[in-house]
Amino acid sequence: MSIAHFVSGGMGGIRTAGDLVARMEFGKSMRIGKAKDYVAKKLGVTAFDLSDEYVMRELREDIGIGIITGAPSTPKGIAAKINIEDLLGIKINSCEKFRQYRARK
Amino acid sequence: MSKFCTRNGDGSTIYQTKEEIIQAIADGAADAADMGGIKEITSNEMEHLLEIICTKNRIVSVERGFEVPLSYDVGQLDMTGDNGNSGGGIPASRLNGALVHERALCSDTFELAHSDYSIKPVKPVIANEMNDMEVVQNNVIIPYFYGAMPNLGTYFKPDGPYDNPPDLMRVFKIEEAQQQAEAAAHTLARDIEYVATKIDSAGSDGFNFDTTGAAGDADFVGTLLGVEAFRKSCPEANIMVGMAGESVMGIHGEIEYKGQIVAGTFPHQQVKFAEKAGANVFGPVSNTNTGKSLAWNLARAVTFVKACSETSNLPLHVNMGMGVGGIPMSETPPIDAVTRCTKAMIEIAKVDGI
Repeated sequence: MSIAHFVSGGMGGIRTAGDLVARMEFGKSMRIGKAKDYVAKKLGVTAFDLSDEYVMRELREDIGIGIITGAPSTPKGIAAKINIEDLLGIKINSCEKFRQYRARK
Repeated sequence: MSKFCTRNGDGSTIYQTKEEIIQAIADGAADAADMGGIKEITSNEMEHLLEIICTKNRIVSVERGFEVPLSYDVGQLDMTGDNGNSGGGIPASRLNGALVHERALCSDTFELAHSDYSIKPVKPVIANEMNDMEVVQNNVIIPYFYGAMPNLGTYFKPDGPYDNPPDLMRVFKIEEAQQQAEAAAHTLARDIEYVATKIDSAGSDGFNFDTTGAAGDADFVGTLLGVEAFRKSCPEANIMVGMAGESVMGIHGEIEYKGQIVAGTFPHQQVKFAEKAGANVFGPVSNTNTGKSLAWNLARAVTFVKACSETSNLPLHVNMGMGVGGIPMSETPPIDAVTRCTKAMIEIAKVDGI
């Protein structure tokens, strides 16, 4: 099912910018047009580029927000999400928890 | 007369003439409009739907630039679960499930799920769920939620403490049935607040309340009250309320949320309750009739969801699993039908996600 939906109309997650658009929909209740425009502006690309693997693969690696292939020495997990917080100007719950745990030392 | 190869609501292949498909689209749209008291889709939209259904290609897709993010129910159970969840029966960890979705299946979001996928059974294993949430959050990049059905049915005997309302109604104890449903709804709301707040404290991005209203109007009200309490406890949580059906069943009949009876409401009305409760995203549903064609079911689904989309202030992630959103009711829905439904729902109903 998920493959069929992706092929037909999905954004592609960290293959492109689907995770970023989803964060603005779920976190800020933005509808699709507004969410895409917001993310595109932050990335310095067009809304059309957000689902373009050719544009997003290199851009994601350049700004350290996580890529879909297993490249060593690239931010993953929490590290990538902290960079996403900075990019989008949002707080991500798991990053907040990470910072709280670090402050306990 | 040439015929087009299409699907029935049960997933089987059928052949219909163009005229039969046109009639099915008109009838499906009219059925939704009549039931929901909403406008039919326009003649241009019906024509667009006809093109989508009649194209000879096995797989169809939206135009480039119109892609939307996808969200999920049952989390990693679609890999590890049995066929009750259409799961693949693969012995894999929950972390594996999340990473495979993120890195291999191109998921935009994902979620953690208990094998019973209901709020009540999560309570005794909440620490386990919190621990797994923390482990996965340290590794994934995509938004990662917790998902569960409110499932008010688990609160009634023999599974729960409350008398079963339909059993009471059978012996004409109507008021007692309503009281039991109301009491169960309040317990559900309390449990939602407990489970969701704990999961939030483990770093979850949010909570997906899936198949809301499956046990009728008291199920819906209990969920809304739970969402309201969760929102108060965790103002930044990402909350999605997804429905079980196109219409809320009036098993109680008179139960209200913020002074309004919820029984008999349709997606364009349900979304307003979700907004008031504090949800971020709403998941409308249209149930598939297995005795009707894909054209009929999809026209009906698109009509319901378009009306919801026009009135909603929230992004809509329409439910498009087996037997909802025009998709055939089958454990393995045919890919030609699924992709047609996806395209129609994005291009005609203007949904924000699936």
